[in-house]
Amino acid sequence: MAAEPQHEPIIQVQDFKAAYDGQVILDHVNFEVYRGEVFAILGGSGSGKSTLLKHMIGLYQPAAGKILINGRDIAAVSGEERLKLLQTFGVMYQSGALFGSMTLLENVALPLEEFTQLPPEAIRLIATMKLERVGLSGVADRMPSELSGGMQKRGAIARAMALDPRLLFLDELSAGLDPITSAELDQLVLSLSKSLRITFVIVTHELPSIFAIADRVIMLDKQEKGIIAIGDPHELRDRSADARVKQFFTRQGNAET
Amino acid sequence: MASISQTSVELRSEGPRDGLLRLVFSGQLDAATTGTVWRRAEAAVTKSKPKNVVIDMAGIDYCDGAGIALLVHLRNLQNKAGGSLQIEGLRPEFESLLQDWAQASLAEGTTERAQRRELAVEIGEATVEVWRDIQALVSFVGELFLALVYAAARPRSVRWRDALAVAEVAGVNALPIVALIAFLMGLIMAFQAASPLRQFGAELFIANLIGLSVLRELGPLMTAIVVAGRSGSAFAAELGTMKVREEIDALKTMGLDPVRFLIVPRVVAAVCMTPLLTIFADLVGLMGGSVVMLSLGFPLITYFHQVQYAVTYGSLVGGLVKAFVFGILIAGIGCLRGLQARTGATAVGESTTSAVVSGIILIAITDGIFSVIYYYLGV
Repeated sequence: MAAEPQHEPIIQVQDFKAAYDGQVILDHVNFEVYRGEVFAILGGSGSGKSTLLKHMIGLYQPAAGKILINGRDIAAVSGEERLKLLQTFGVMYQSGALFGSMTLLENVALPLEEFTQLPPEAIRLIATMKLERVGLSGVADRMPSELSGGMQKRGAIARAMALDPRLLFLDELSAGLDPITSAELDQLVLSLSKSLRITFVIVTHELPSIFAIADRVIMLDKQEKGIIAIGDPHELRDRSADARVKQFFTRQGNAET
Repeated sequence: MASISQTSVELRSEGPRDGLLRLVFSGQLDAATTGTVWRRAEAAVTKSKPKNVVIDMAGIDYCDGAGIALLVHLRNLQNKAGGSLQIEGLRPEFESLLQDWAQASLAEGTTERAQRRELAVEIGEATVEVWRDIQALVSFVGELFLALVYAAARPRSVRWRDALAVAEVAGVNALPIVALIAFLMGLIMAFQAASPLRQFGAELFIANLIGLSVLRELGPLMTAIVVAGRSGSAFAAELGTMKVREEIDALKTMGLDPVRFLIVPRVVAAVCMTPLLTIFADLVGLMGGSVVMLSLGFPLITYFHQVQYAVTYGSLVGGLVKAFVFGILIAGIGCLRGLQARTGATAVGESTTSAVVSGIILIAITDGIFSVIYYYLGV
């Protein structure tokens, strides 16, 4: 399960600070994501997981610090360069965010239509292959609203993979899904990670998912406004001295529930 | 108000005697009954300012969170006043409730209520808000303009399929309602004009009235208002929902500009459709007038010639130019409000309302500006 010992960073977060309306959410956050690993961002509600992710994918400007993807500062690049950088990664949003006015296949084909010179039949073939890869070959012509939650997320992963990025961000991979569907998605991530050597950055708070797929994790904390733990999830569970980390991994609230 | 529950509570206060106030509760102190004694108990403690308060709970056979809250509240009042408070006779099961919740409620009074803001502050904030809105509007107009120029320079970059779909929904499907309103408008105006003009034997000039007012003013205006209500709101709702569902974010991280991708097709469709609908509304409005003219005994050919004599190509084109601009405004503001939608269930509703309201306001203002321009141009 351990990451292969090649510590070439694909993402570098340097002294990063996030704030909304003057309220600091994260401060002095430093970490690196290595090429090829499955990296999970953990933390309770309101700890800033999604905020961190949205900064990493360039939707928000950091209040301070830098986020480098493939060595380029995502907040600083613009124009063609930004476009190129954006195409090096894919994002699966919490709700899937498939475009409701297009069929699943059209959703996956969209990035190919927009950013490649491929002929239509090639685009169709590639999109179909991506859908097959995530186990959705039979429903390519359905609208997103006709799909279950798990299928929508698979579809969103297929769309994120359309341009064959080496890096995928998954926001709340298993939120709102039953344990079986969620485990299937975990398997999908693992197999994509192995076969395509895609680096994954996953926001989650599902323990089974974390133990099943994550090579390394960081844990964010609301009070600390930053990282309270970083490392292999199994090691953190067994060896961490931090009560908050232990609490998270052993699934125990303050009150005995 | 009659309570559904059968519970009741009694409060008797004794004293204060030698600085000691005794509050004796009996009955059931629960969510339904606590309210009946809350103010009295509070008043007893705050008015007489006793040094010691003893709360006798021996007569209480049921107590829930509301009752505990009253006890905590009274204790906090006493603490603040520098007095003491003992609770006597509380049953053990309620005692543990008190232990459980007393900790949490120590914070009572420490969370400051949001202070009522002064009028000046509110006016200032509202002004800043309006200013920001104007800024957003201006920067959006700039962005839209750039996107339209880009689209004009590279027509292949426009998503024509989307534009056609929008044109169908916003234009073709709007035909019946536009026709109905225009027809009735022409008919009603002709009827209204008939009786005053009859006094002068000038019924024939109903044709002039209908021709001029429909072509120059009412055709484009009514069409624009219908389109704003039907399609401006739809654009705002569509884009607002996309925003809430993170689809806009998804576009951005794919490197697709939402303005080019979503707004340009809608604006192009609305800009093409509004003038077309206006031509249609003009025709149907004139038809409405013709019904009245026929009923007054004028042959159609007379009406036709009279209209032809009254209106110029300038009137028609002037109306269509207005419709063109109205189309940009409706689609632009509808899309902008959609993109501005915040998260949450009410966000889409708000942005839809705002799209229609600001759309109609902008239409009215622009119509006024056009009137002045046309006056000076002599159109």
